[in-house]
Amino acid sequence: MLKLEDARIAQGGFEMRAEMTLEIGQKYAVIGPSGAGKSTLLAALCGFLPLVSGRLLSDGVEMTDTPPGARPMTMLFQDNNLFPHLTVTQNVGLGLRPDMKLSAVDLDRVRDALGRVGLADHADKRPAGLSGGQQSRVALARVLVQARPWLLLDEPFAALGPALRNEMLDLVQDLVAETGAGLIMVTHAPEDVRRIADQVIFVGKGRAEAPQPAAALMDNPPPELRAYLG
Amino acid sequence: MALRPDAVTRKIGITAAGLTVAVVLAACVGIATRAEVTAGFGPGDWSAIRFTVVQAVLSAFVSVLLGVPLARALARRQFFGHGLLVMFLGVPFILPVIVAVIGLLAVFGRNGWLNAALGAVGLPEVSIYGLHGVVLAHVFFNLPLATRLILQGWQAVPAERFRLAAQLGLTPRAVARTIEWPILRQIVPGAFALIFVICLTSFAVALTLGGGPKSTTIELAIYQTFRYDFDLARAAMLSGVQLVLAGGAAVLALSIMPQVVLGGGLDRVAQRWDARGGLQRLGDMAVIVLGAGFLLLPLGAVVGRGLLGLGQMPGTVWQAAGISLQVAVVSVVVLLLIALPMAGWIAQRRSGGVEAIGLIGLSFSPLMIGTGWFILLNPVVDPISLALPVTALVNALMALPFALRIMVPRLRDTLQQFGRLSESLSMRGWPLWRWVILPRLRPQIGFAAGLTGALSIGDLGVIALFADPDRATLPLQMYRLMGAYRMEAAAGAALLLLTLALAVFWICDKGGRWGAEA
Repeated sequence: MLKLEDARIAQGGFEMRAEMTLEIGQKYAVIGPSGAGKSTLLAALCGFLPLVSGRLLSDGVEMTDTPPGARPMTMLFQDNNLFPHLTVTQNVGLGLRPDMKLSAVDLDRVRDALGRVGLADHADKRPAGLSGGQQSRVALARVLVQARPWLLLDEPFAALGPALRNEMLDLVQDLVAETGAGLIMVTHAPEDVRRIADQVIFVGKGRAEAPQPAAALMDNPPPELRAYLG
Repeated sequence: MALRPDAVTRKIGITAAGLTVAVVLAACVGIATRAEVTAGFGPGDWSAIRFTVVQAVLSAFVSVLLGVPLARALARRQFFGHGLLVMFLGVPFILPVIVAVIGLLAVFGRNGWLNAALGAVGLPEVSIYGLHGVVLAHVFFNLPLATRLILQGWQAVPAERFRLAAQLGLTPRAVARTIEWPILRQIVPGAFALIFVICLTSFAVALTLGGGPKSTTIELAIYQTFRYDFDLARAAMLSGVQLVLAGGAAVLALSIMPQVVLGGGLDRVAQRWDARGGLQRLGDMAVIVLGAGFLLLPLGAVVGRGLLGLGQMPGTVWQAAGISLQVAVVSVVVLLLIALPMAGWIAQRRSGGVEAIGLIGLSFSPLMIGTGWFILLNPVVDPISLALPVTALVNALMALPFALRIMVPRLRDTLQQFGRLSESLSMRGWPLWRWVILPRLRPQIGFAAGLTGALSIGDLGVIALFADPDRATLPLQMYRLMGAYRMEAAAGAALLLLTLALAVFWICDKGGRWGAEA
């Protein structure tokens, strides 16, 4: 369980508030107009932005000031999810050992993860030698080996075409179903929400609303959300 | 978005910066203990101060004055060899001063090509020694620098602006006023200031082409007082003067000094529709030919005479070459040990104020640091025995500002791009350097190492002060050969030195880029 208590998040001149409780195993979509603070909310959850005030709790343990790498979550960014100078294996291996001292057991896990995302034959390539979809799969393989309770997606598939994006979302859905992780994903597309999300967090007017069941909300949106969806 | 400072890197970075400052401060302390301010300046001291300022002003003025038409011609003419010529504009940066002097002597010296030509038509010969010789050599080094800086400004003009000028049918005069003049006004003062500061601490040029009471720079006066009179008190006082003058000028000039772009990318020529007239075309080509000749003839002379002199070199030259290589290697290692953590620290900070520490190398003169350290070391150990380590250290410090300029922007980009990913993977400290920063920075590290190695191998500065009769670096050995009027052997040594400097640069630069991922 992830809990934001009376949180204030500031970035530059922008400030937003958030108060929410997120259940593990659930899939949350974060939607809202551009600039409303969707990425800011994720950055704060992940520890890239310190909270101005308020607390963040994970299963009752406070982690307001925990550094990003020590939080029970992995995040995929809009871009730069892979190091271009490292091989696929190394990129995935970093999820297990930040100092890259990979044991034989570690390497086996990396190989398994690559097999799981269908990249077993590309282990020694560098990202530049892969397609956009394959690069996303490498990042997901790393998510697999990290096996953290939460997965945060800040639109990592935005640059992919619609078919490929759906493929990736299906893969993500399979992965979180396998690991039992909670998913928090930023999206612009209402169809993504319908495709994958259990709950929706609407971010607007400097405030992140508490999550609401996706289907009901999308069928009967409040005025602010209706204005955004158009 | 602000990154949390990486504790490990930050500590080492601050330590490296602190050490750099400490080296300079220690030299200042050494100077302060011996300088007798009450003794006041003698007439010779005033003359040295005056000459230093006058030659620096003239050198900067002439370099910029000639740099403007040359840059303008290069910016608007495309011709065969354009890229090569622009590349050659970067060569003086790593060219050992004493090698250039040999080349300049071959062209402008008493028995040089210019005097031969003048003699053939019955004109009196010109002398390269004295003020105009010093200025000539400084212009040889800094005209290319000025040209590159101005060219940079020219190329920052969007191509659309020239298209607009063409659509409006602006005359060359109008183009000059509306487009070119604003650029020059922006860049020329900074270029002037940079060259002025560089020339203030000039030593090797003054040593070889100056000298005598009328054309002695402060730097040279420190050397002479030190070597010939061994008057440490007066050397310390002169060092203090140098510190105030050069340091002060550097601090004053800091805000207007341009960013030196050392890499390539300057060989683009924007398509222009103005200045198509035959007269302007001829003028531009004449400027280019003269500029290229001024730059390439001395280099050609070094190669030509050097080939003839290779057989005349005594064995000590090879021995000196070996010592120089060792000094260069140590310099490069020291530089990287200081510059990398400093760059890491600077790149994590939002303001670039710390970068000023790196400018120490530009504003404090090698002989001033050398004198200070000599005074400090003298009571404890024989400074002569430390000549090579001190030379290597000072060379590294001199290269530090350039190394930081090369590495910091790339490091900043790297942290911007991959900082969050690294943090989310708990990569900090050494693993972050090992797996992210060093691989991403390889081309920049190679380039900086190459520059440092080339500068160090060709440096004739502190080593002259601490000179050991038995162990000389190649530039010093070459200077000794010149002093003994063994010009053929010196020319051979010059070619060897040139080859070594270029080879060290090339190997490091290529090594950094080889196999590096974009």
